[in-house]
Amino acid sequence: MGRNSRILTGTHFELGNWGCAEGAIAAGCNYVAGYPITPASEIANLLAARLPQVDSTFLQTEDEISAICSAIGASWAGCKAMTVTSGPGISLMQENIGFAAATETPLVIVDVQRFGPSTGVPSVGLGADVVQVARGSHGDYQIIALCPESPQEMFDLTIRAFNLAEKYRVPVFVLADGFIGHMREQIVIPPQERIQIENRKIAAPAKSVLERNDFLDVEVAPMPVFGRGLKAHVTSSCHDEHGMRNLSDPEVMHRYVMRPIEKILTHRDDIVQVQEDVSDADLVLVSCGTVSRSARAAARMARSQGLKVGTLRLLACWPLPDKEIRSAADRVKAMLVLENNTGQLYPYIKAESAHACQVSFLGPQTLGQIHDPAYILDKVKEMMQ
Amino acid sequence: MTVNAHPLREKYTRSHVARTTTCPGCGIGTVSQAILRAIDGLQLDIDDFVFVSGIGCSAWIPSPFYNADTLHTTHGRPVAFATGVKLGLPHKHVMVVSGDGDLTAIGGNHLIHAARRNVNLTVVLVNNGIYGMTGGQTAPTTPPGIKTITSPYGAMEPHFDVSAMVSAAGASYVARWTTHHPRQMSRAIRKGIEKEGFALIEAVSQCPVQFGRASKIGGAVEMLKYFKENSVRRDKALGMEPEQLAGKIVVGEFADRRLAELTAQWARLRSDMAEGS
Repeated sequence: MGRNSRILTGTHFELGNWGCAEGAIAAGCNYVAGYPITPASEIANLLAARLPQVDSTFLQTEDEISAICSAIGASWAGCKAMTVTSGPGISLMQENIGFAAATETPLVIVDVQRFGPSTGVPSVGLGADVVQVARGSHGDYQIIALCPESPQEMFDLTIRAFNLAEKYRVPVFVLADGFIGHMREQIVIPPQERIQIENRKIAAPAKSVLERNDFLDVEVAPMPVFGRGLKAHVTSSCHDEHGMRNLSDPEVMHRYVMRPIEKILTHRDDIVQVQEDVSDADLVLVSCGTVSRSARAAARMARSQGLKVGTLRLLACWPLPDKEIRSAADRVKAMLVLENNTGQLYPYIKAESAHACQVSFLGPQTLGQIHDPAYILDKVKEMMQ
Repeated sequence: MTVNAHPLREKYTRSHVARTTTCPGCGIGTVSQAILRAIDGLQLDIDDFVFVSGIGCSAWIPSPFYNADTLHTTHGRPVAFATGVKLGLPHKHVMVVSGDGDLTAIGGNHLIHAARRNVNLTVVLVNNGIYGMTGGQTAPTTPPGIKTITSPYGAMEPHFDVSAMVSAAGASYVARWTTHHPRQMSRAIRKGIEKEGFALIEAVSQCPVQFGRASKIGGAVEMLKYFKENSVRRDKALGMEPEQLAGKIVVGEFADRRLAELTAQWARLRSDMAEGS
């Protein structure tokens, strides 16, 4: 296996950010654009070295706006494209996250979240972009966001992000944070034949785009990728199934918003993944990403003290695993939502669970620090009294 | 009823698109014809092109009209999108068509960096000196003194010399012509398409509805006459004093040089890497 191999099969002891970069390459990514930003820089740094080795391109752009725009352009050119940044970069990218959603562009966006608001603290993680990745661009749309909890999942979920992006023609987030990005752990890369890869369906030639539906199909329209004589008409302005602009027909406006949303929600069972250990629990700890590590440790401590505490981890937080949250709420007396922020997913989770059980929120003892499992346990005991 | 259509209409445009969005007397039709004549003159298939445009009147030149792959993007970003398209499809011609507000105000940074990278794009920048679509606001290209809706007491800021700026940023080919010079403009676009490197053709165009009114120059005919009378060839302008050039439009080529081009450098790097494995 030379350095020009896309898949570095073996057992590695590496950074989460390394896992993300190698996951992208293993998934077939051949275009990455980015702008330097802590704590995401290692991903772009590694890809700048690795992509040319695998016949691919890395572009360092003048800003994050240009990074996402060129990645979208490359995706329409037929590439598997990705951009990598942290929260401040996501703020700049929001305009064209909406563009990718509106034009049904396959794209992977990695957000290694950091402490904010604003310039905040570059090297400290905070899971506080969790709503902005889904709701930050103007207008109404849905995206997919995956939440790794370990360097291994930085590899696994980056591949999954590419597969979902290709399958559903949507922007997909890998929502990591500074802790996971800079954490060094075992990463196992399986042999190539055990890595499942999805590729987009491509539209067939037609005399005119009017003879073909390139957009707004809940079952995912084949993509009229550029450079193949397909004469694609791509605009983020309100358009019909053929991609042609229509700013006057209310029915078209309705479909332009609804169909891409329905495309994701209709397939939510294929997209949403949770890991649950709820069985006989009286109280369940709900979390995603880094915090899940503390949640699991706290649940173990509680069990050792005879307390029936379970866990529900959201591997995808968007679309919200509403059914899974409701199902857990129906089986327990209490739910404790853990986030490394002031409670961003909490209202969404509470809306799905408060009818059935008591629901509370717990941020870390100090924002930006990892939840101490003993601190979680104190709260659990208080709730179970 | 017999419809007399230009032969380029059938050859290069989407037959089902029947209406333009331009105002009477707009210069966009002239620029569009200059582009299509350049492609025709080179005997290129329109499927050899990907067109990328931003927001504003002139961004509607390729989209929805040209019967090719077209990407109509967000405001100011077409050059950034086009850079990704070109790196993904290095053997296609990637042309950006957009306005002065789009490419030099909100998108100014992308423009100068694409010129610096010398990525092989052809950018047709339609400069009408004002924001037309939104109702006649001051642009970075509005000459000082002109009263617009957002400079009701007269624009006080200096305006960009777009061609000089892009040339200084490192583009391989830069030329400026007005809609009074359609053949020169078309030849420059043709040269831009053929050039390996970043090419900018600044197409100074009349917006009689907004700029003509604000500047009090008048309608389309008066504006074209103004372009004719106030254009100075660049070779002649080089020998003139700044005071003599005040209010003049310097036309001609600003850059035509051979420089390292981005997609070619990437192709070389990748092939070196493959051989070295």
